[in-house]
Amino acid sequence: MKYIDEFQDPALARRLLDDIAGTVTRPWSMMEVCGGQTHSIIRHGIDQLLPEQIELIHGPGCPVCVTPLEVIDKALEIASRPGVVFCSFGDMLRVPGSDRDLFRVRGDGGDVRVVYSPLDALRIAQQTPDQQVVFFGVGFETTAPAIAMAAHQAKRLDVRNFSLLVSHVRVPPAIEAIMRSPDCRVQAFLAAGHVCSVMGTLEYPALADTHKVPIVVTGFEPLDILEGIRRAVRQLERGEHRVENAYPRAVRPQGNQVALSVLREVFTTTDRAWRGIGTIPDSGWRLTDTYRDYDAEHRFEVTGLTTEEPTVCRSGEVLQGLIRPHECAAFGTACTPRTPLGATMVSSEGACAAYYLYRRLATPRMEETTSID
Amino acid sequence: MCLAVPGRVVGIEERDGTPMARVDFGGVVKDVCLAYLPEIEVGEYAIVHVGFAIQRLDEESALATLRLFERIGALDEEFGDAWARAADETERAPEEENR
Ligand code: SF4
Repeated sequence: MKYIDEFQDPALARRLLDDIAGTVTRPWSMMEVCGGQTHSIIRHGIDQLLPEQIELIHGPGCPVCVTPLEVIDKALEIASRPGVVFCSFGDMLRVPGSDRDLFRVRGDGGDVRVVYSPLDALRIAQQTPDQQVVFFGVGFETTAPAIAMAAHQAKRLDVRNFSLLVSHVRVPPAIEAIMRSPDCRVQAFLAAGHVCSVMGTLEYPALADTHKVPIVVTGFEPLDILEGIRRAVRQLERGEHRVENAYPRAVRPQGNQVALSVLREVFTTTDRAWRGIGTIPDSGWRLTDTYRDYDAEHRFEVTGLTTEEPTVCRSGEVLQGLIRPHECAAFGTACTPRTPLGATMVSSEGACAAYYLYRRLATPRMEETTSID
Repeated sequence: MCLAVPGRVVGIEERDGTPMARVDFGGVVKDVCLAYLPEIEVGEYAIVHVGFAIQRLDEESALATLRLFERIGALDEEFGDAWARAADETERAPEEENR
């Protein structure tokens, strides 16, 4: 029990683990949707503390990882234009496009700025009216309301030199796509807590019902994850498939109503390509026609780019839980966080980075898995 | 970026017709938009994501989360210098390749 002392409340962690061990009678596999959860799991060795029968499959919940190459290339193209101030969250700087990244664009003279909030980008636009300020809006439902508010404010304050390159993704269609895949091994989901802080939980009962799959809304601290797993195992053992909220301190069933109303005003759902996975119907958000003037793709006419994906990278399979990072031949050799071939190695929330950072090759259970194949 | 960090509201004001707060994240103070949580008051804790308060949180869980984030370096990742990190990673790349 090498890791358990590191838990905030080791005694409670012990009790949760005992409860899980006492409940489980046969093998189950469940997917944690959110990349923050994946990191917490690997960092605290939760997967190794669990009974052997429980397998955690890492999900696609890292927006940096799933942003399509085409969109990254569009970002690089726009950021390289003279007169443009390109604002982004810091995590996007080293995501590889076809031939470079945003960090390189800045090195080559592009005005790329890291902002903490999309409203900071809007402020830059107000302060530099002779420049075109573009914000790179990526993220799941937790991030989308912030981007929506930036668009809403820009329109309200009539800031004309501001636009958004939008590539937002939604969790429920991703769950749907994973369940529909013929290779699907997922029997339960730990849903992403902060996504549900915004969206609530009302989108999930239909999914749980249709696919007969328990969905437990879970936070991402180690104890939250153990509690989520405990509830998922209970349901699986009893043959139930309900939506449960194991993160009530941050999630109300109806979500954040104010945020939802702004989201609905600014965005409409659209089919979206996920990097490494492909297009998932209705899985993204784009600006509504009312906000077309604020759409950077429209304003800068970035079309007809040809993309070039590295062929060795298997991040699509990693993101769908079909392989584990170390099963990729490039893992830890050609591909490391400093020389990433895929976004799952760049992003601090990516599964490949988590495995690399926490040396998930030298541990007994991983060796066992490796020797099987 | 996906991380949402709890912080304590230390001041509230209106800017361009929008409620804004100064929020203290265990020592780092940032401007946070309150449009999605307008009823929060000074002294309360909220979960904040990319500069927006999205949900209230009780003090005990907020402080526990902040301690955890500090220990695992998550606060630095959220509020630290992204350029320095990217430069650091790029610089060390050749060394890594030769290993
Ligand atoms: S280890 Fe690198 S190359 Fe392999 S799947 Fe992960 S990101 Fe792609």
